[in-house]
Amino acid sequence: MQIIKSLRKYDLALIAASVVIFAVLEVLIDMRLISSFWRLQIILIGINIILAASLNLINGITGQFSLGHAGFMAVGAYVSAIMSMWYDLPFGMALLIGGLAACLIGVLIGIPTLRLDGDYLAIATLGMGEIIRICILNIQAVGGASGLTGIPRNTTFAWVFWIMIITLFFLKNMINSTYGRSCISVRENAIAAAAMGINTTFAKVLAFAIGAFFAGLAGGLFSHYFSIAHPSSFTFLNSYNYLTMVVLGGLGSMTGSITGAALITFITAALADYPEVRMIIYALCLILLMLFRPQGLFGSQEGSLLLRRLINRRKEAGTHGKTLGNQ
Amino acid sequence: MDSGIIVQFFQQIINGISLGSIYALIALGYTMVYGIMRLINFAHGDIYMLGAYVGFFVTTQLQMGFFPALICAMVVIGITGVLIEKLVYKPLRSSSKISILITAIGMSLFIEYTTMYFLTPQPRTFPPVLPNTIFHLGDIIVSFQQLVILGSTVVLMLLLWYIVQYTKMGKAMRAVSYDTDAALLMGINVDHVISFTFALGSALAGAAGVLVGIYYNTIDPLMGIMPGLKAFIAAVLGGIGIIPGAMMGGLILGVVEALVSGFISSTFRDAAAFGILIVILLIKPTGLLGKNETEKV
Repeated sequence: MQIIKSLRKYDLALIAASVVIFAVLEVLIDMRLISSFWRLQIILIGINIILAASLNLINGITGQFSLGHAGFMAVGAYVSAIMSMWYDLPFGMALLIGGLAACLIGVLIGIPTLRLDGDYLAIATLGMGEIIRICILNIQAVGGASGLTGIPRNTTFAWVFWIMIITLFFLKNMINSTYGRSCISVRENAIAAAAMGINTTFAKVLAFAIGAFFAGLAGGLFSHYFSIAHPSSFTFLNSYNYLTMVVLGGLGSMTGSITGAALITFITAALADYPEVRMIIYALCLILLMLFRPQGLFGSQEGSLLLRRLINRRKEAGTHGKTLGNQ
Repeated sequence: MDSGIIVQFFQQIINGISLGSIYALIALGYTMVYGIMRLINFAHGDIYMLGAYVGFFVTTQLQMGFFPALICAMVVIGITGVLIEKLVYKPLRSSSKISILITAIGMSLFIEYTTMYFLTPQPRTFPPVLPNTIFHLGDIIVSFQQLVILGSTVVLMLLLWYIVQYTKMGKAMRAVSYDTDAALLMGINVDHVISFTFALGSALAGAAGVLVGIYYNTIDPLMGIMPGLKAFIAAVLGGIGIIPGAMMGGLILGVVEALVSGFISSTFRDAAAFGILIVILLIKPTGLLGKNETEKV
């Protein structure tokens, strides 16, 4: 009971914190204290956090190596754009339908491919992502190779921020639920999990579907911000970029994914003035990171846990000092 | 009408075989490295791109002919491959799969964009080092370049086959790919074997780069991405880690691609390659020539 209470309190604190952050950023944006370039970067950070966190559910929590996240994003981007352009649906509905479409594709792809594991799954998902992109490239009704233009520019900072918060809360609670636990057990040892009566296929497909759903939402936000959806925004390299965010932060750590997404977006933006060396530095950073800190910034731990541990250690040190003093 | 389709069919098969033999050359490097290290070397496609550039510079700057250029590219790229392995992959040998994969993709980006930085992103035109002779077999056209590509590929593959099957190093390679720890216990220097494998695989990719430069006439720093992925598909199709499988996979992939672009649409060419990959992974993940392994706890 006490744990539940403390968790609730923790959640409330997080919601309060996010309201404060939102208010501060919104005021800064409204008062035009942030240049348009950095406004764009803040929106991108939000979208990338949604993508990285949802990919973390698949790669980090469930341990299924997926390299096709940009494909799901593409589905969400195009479907939601079509919904708001052709059917004049309200933005929220369009986003939701885009997410559900990506989720459906995720299930359809997931059921056959998730029988594979490791490298084979990585390659199969990469192939699926590329097939989605090539199919879009060949559908003239959605613009084909020149992209879908004229999408209403509905995405605002508020939309991105609150969808990001909803995503993070959903994923956090999902990971701490029975389903999340079964996903973690699949990651740790699929055979042992199956022996314990966990439906491993269900856990994998569930993770895949939820991950795809949020990727679709992010795709919708993306296309409604730039008012264009172009196949070249959803290549294998984009999937790889989201994977990098997850791995940089630490596989399996939500805090890590948030940090990774923010950091990579920030680095990319900071190097935007030097386009010719940007990718070289980016690649070098990746290689060096893998050579010297392969577990990522946070390992598989959550920031809250590290924070609590730090506080406990302080407390312990304090009481330790006291007992020593008493002696 | 009917005979026209048949002629086109055989024409596409010939084009497919010459394209496929290039895929096969690249796929061999993938498959050998995977067989020994269980590493998908995503940078392999870029090693092939470097091969094309080496070929370009020795033919334009040093006025070399086709065969010296081919050998020169193979040697330079073989050494490059070993350097990459020593500097980047060796320290990661005991790390998790995902970090090795990220490193491999990072390496690939690094090679691409460094090349772009130093050699500009403009495509370059490969000099005509081979005569543009064309042979007519009935209605089917075969160019001299296609014959040279096929011939070089066959010779290189026979050479590889000899090295792997009949030399001491080849025996060591097979031993390491069968069981690294046991090979180590038997006194095989695993580090040497891995370096040698990288050298061999990279040299073949370098040769493929020169051949593609001759075949398509243009080279650019990002030319390695798609052939790299396709060669990987070829390796998976034949059964990754199995050398004859890579040759077979490359040829099948080349022919299917040529047929799809000839009869359906060239924009679906890449989708067809990935489609083959998905189908083979779903039906027989170990590849056409692979053996099924039982899952052990």
